[in-house]
Amino acid sequence: MDKASAEKTIIGRVESPHLSNLSVAVSPHIKNDVTVEKIMWTVSACLMPPLILSVFIFGFQTLIITAVSVISCVVIEAISQKSFRQPIMIKDGSAVITGLLMAYTIPPNVPYWMPILGAFMAIFITKVIMGGIGYNIFNPALIGRAFLLATFPVAMTATWVSPIRDNNLFKYMDSGVDIITTATPLYIIKHYGISGLMEKFGSMSEIYTNFFFGFRPGCIGETSAVLILMGGIILLYKKYITWHIPVSMILTVGLLSWVFGGPQWFSGNPFIAVLSGGIMLGAFFMATDYVTSPTMKTGQIIFGIGVGALTVLIRLKGGYPEGVCYAILLMNPLTPALDQWFRPKRFSEGATQ
Amino acid sequence: MNDLFAQCVYLKVYTNIKSYPQSGVFMASQQLATFPKGGVHPEEFKEITEHLPIEIMPPPSEVSLFLKQHVGISCEVVKKDSFIPPSPDYFLSDNAPGSLFELHVKKRDRVNEADLVGSVGKRLGAHLHASIGGTIQGVSNTLHPMMGKAPALIISKDPESKSPQFIEQDWKSFSKEDLLARMNAAGIVGLGGAGFPADFKVNVKPDVHLDTLILNGSECEPYLTCDHRVMLDYPREIIEGAKILMTILGIKNCYIGVEANKPDAIERLNKAVQNDPDKKQFTIIVKPLEVKYPQGSADQIMQSCTGRIRPSGKRSSSIGIIVQNVYTTKIIYDAVVFQKPFYERIITISGKGIARPANLMVRIGTSISDIVTYLGGTTPDLARVIIGGPMMGFAISSLHVPITKTTAGVLFLTHDEIDDQPFGPCIRCGFCLQACPMGLEPNNISIFVEAGKGAQTEQFGLMNDCFECGSCAFVCPAKRPLVQFIRLARLSVEKAKQEKEAKLKQKQEENK
Repeated sequence: MDKASAEKTIIGRVESPHLSNLSVAVSPHIKNDVTVEKIMWTVSACLMPPLILSVFIFGFQTLIITAVSVISCVVIEAISQKSFRQPIMIKDGSAVITGLLMAYTIPPNVPYWMPILGAFMAIFITKVIMGGIGYNIFNPALIGRAFLLATFPVAMTATWVSPIRDNNLFKYMDSGVDIITTATPLYIIKHYGISGLMEKFGSMSEIYTNFFFGFRPGCIGETSAVLILMGGIILLYKKYITWHIPVSMILTVGLLSWVFGGPQWFSGNPFIAVLSGGIMLGAFFMATDYVTSPTMKTGQIIFGIGVGALTVLIRLKGGYPEGVCYAILLMNPLTPALDQWFRPKRFSEGATQ
Repeated sequence: MNDLFAQCVYLKVYTNIKSYPQSGVFMASQQLATFPKGGVHPEEFKEITEHLPIEIMPPPSEVSLFLKQHVGISCEVVKKDSFIPPSPDYFLSDNAPGSLFELHVKKRDRVNEADLVGSVGKRLGAHLHASIGGTIQGVSNTLHPMMGKAPALIISKDPESKSPQFIEQDWKSFSKEDLLARMNAAGIVGLGGAGFPADFKVNVKPDVHLDTLILNGSECEPYLTCDHRVMLDYPREIIEGAKILMTILGIKNCYIGVEANKPDAIERLNKAVQNDPDKKQFTIIVKPLEVKYPQGSADQIMQSCTGRIRPSGKRSSSIGIIVQNVYTTKIIYDAVVFQKPFYERIITISGKGIARPANLMVRIGTSISDIVTYLGGTTPDLARVIIGGPMMGFAISSLHVPITKTTAGVLFLTHDEIDDQPFGPCIRCGFCLQACPMGLEPNNISIFVEAGKGAQTEQFGLMNDCFECGSCAFVCPAKRPLVQFIRLARLSVEKAKQEKEAKLKQKQEENK
């Protein structure tokens, strides 16, 4: 017996079986416990309170619309990834967020089949065809909403219902598209000014309280500033998002609405401008979408300012009363450029000579 | 008995400090120095071994000493022409001409512990000493944690060989050349990581202006505690070593940077500084640093201690600083004062996969399988064995790997300690940009490599600045192996450069 095989038997005897399949990988061997799934499901959880509120003030049909939106997004993602022979990634929760956000930006009384078409645009056209999560240029949920707004303008702009604070969840069930029940605050401001709003809500303090807590006509999930703020603060605390985009966007909207929003210069009401429409939802949950927003802080601030400025421009000069959706979609393609222009500062750039 | 008693008292004090980390003496009294850019906070897991005193492992029956354990010249041994070996074994040449590394022993020679067995002459490198007394078995290709296989000198133990005696001498009478010669003779390399020969590091050209020595005791890698134990047990030796280094460099200022999670080490070092008889001559400041990875990287600890930043691609001496590991400093003290060669070191054996974790004094060249046997074996759910720390260490596939001069620890990690999730596409969250201490863009590097454009990644500065600390991959929520992508990018940048040079050469020849 030669020496080599004798050695081998010794090695075999010494080593236990589990030692022969040690895993080998490149460092680092430990990683922190934040995963894409964890982030996505946390965001979904943070989005739940506005939905619960809308079920109580707008009725049970908002839950059905949201459920249709979420389920169709998940199913469409699964089907399209399967047909493209891509790994099916519905477990990461990003399709759920898309479904939630799309439902949150449509009025509370649209036909139940409408979100399915939006989901097809959002998931199939905007996300899967572009290459899946991480590769889309536009925010999928907002593309879905923009598509619905363009194709079903009546249902998307005239199905607002007044918030009713009671326990009857079925107050608006089956009322259909034919009933124009109310108008959104932004519509009223655009056409009748602040006085129109005062007429509807009573006093100024009444307006602020109702707007802050969410008792105003609007899209399913955008009305309650306080609940959205709560979710946003959780995300900020968990360091999943940074303050740069939300703060710069909200400040810009407030400032520009104050300067240009009133009958004369510097006479607009910045608080109503920020609390109405989808500013809060857009600032904390849509403009901060990782894939379609810049990665560096400087770029993020410019992105937020751009979104805010475009929103105010569309609100004041455009044909639609609300502009957050288009403002974010118009800033999304600027993201790669902002990332290239604003690079991280190298360590050695501050070198001592 | 007295020692034992002191140990108990110290442990008690130590636990007190540890249990109130925010209100501890060191935390409250001063704002902790740190580096501002990037960094991560991995869980420490130092509690597994930090309370364990240094334990001396008896010499193993066989050691394998890699000929190259340093940064510097290559160490190949020329094969004997007349003999074609059946296995990839090399045999000792009789000082074969052309081999840069000179072996001083032949096969079947008997050596004593601490005898010089190989030298590098005046070239960049470190001498090699026998770590056990015994018989030379030859040079054979042995599994290496980083290089696959490398030639190593095998010595089998002779139980009757005598252990050497070292006599203490007063180093203050030595000239600078004497001090350097003693360091050189001991074959010391930097124990922190790469293994740069210590005497070359401090033997700077006279035109380089230096003013500060930094001893790196931050030990920012999770699990590892060997530097911590050295600071606890040999604070006086570290201070003396610092004075030796400062005498060689001709400077007076020294910082000892220690992460604030080692308050007991800071306390002992402070006490040693206070008791130092030469404290009027040298200013030694123990600096508690914020617990943040990678605090122990040279660039980061220089910024934390002095606020100075090294320009890209230049040595730390260009900004007047020399950085040495605290344990290296202790080894330098031993080499100068006792003329003790560097042939044994303390390593941390930790992780949930080993029966008994320990801070172990082992001979260089001891096989990891011998250490495992000594410590009572591994647990069945062992998943990965890592040489070094979990953030920058190398995973090995077999336990038949010897300890080298730069091995700071061997970790036996179970399935629930390591992260083995499959990775997904980049979701552009930008977490890696916030984590990178050097201000690089790991996300873009990985995307470029995935798209097959690794050669164009030089713009991101990875060639000079990235030291593969792994902070980016640690925070990545998509679990992307960003360090691996960066290594691939480096390879393709180098390959593209070589191709470019080859083309240029071809063109020049055509023009001729």
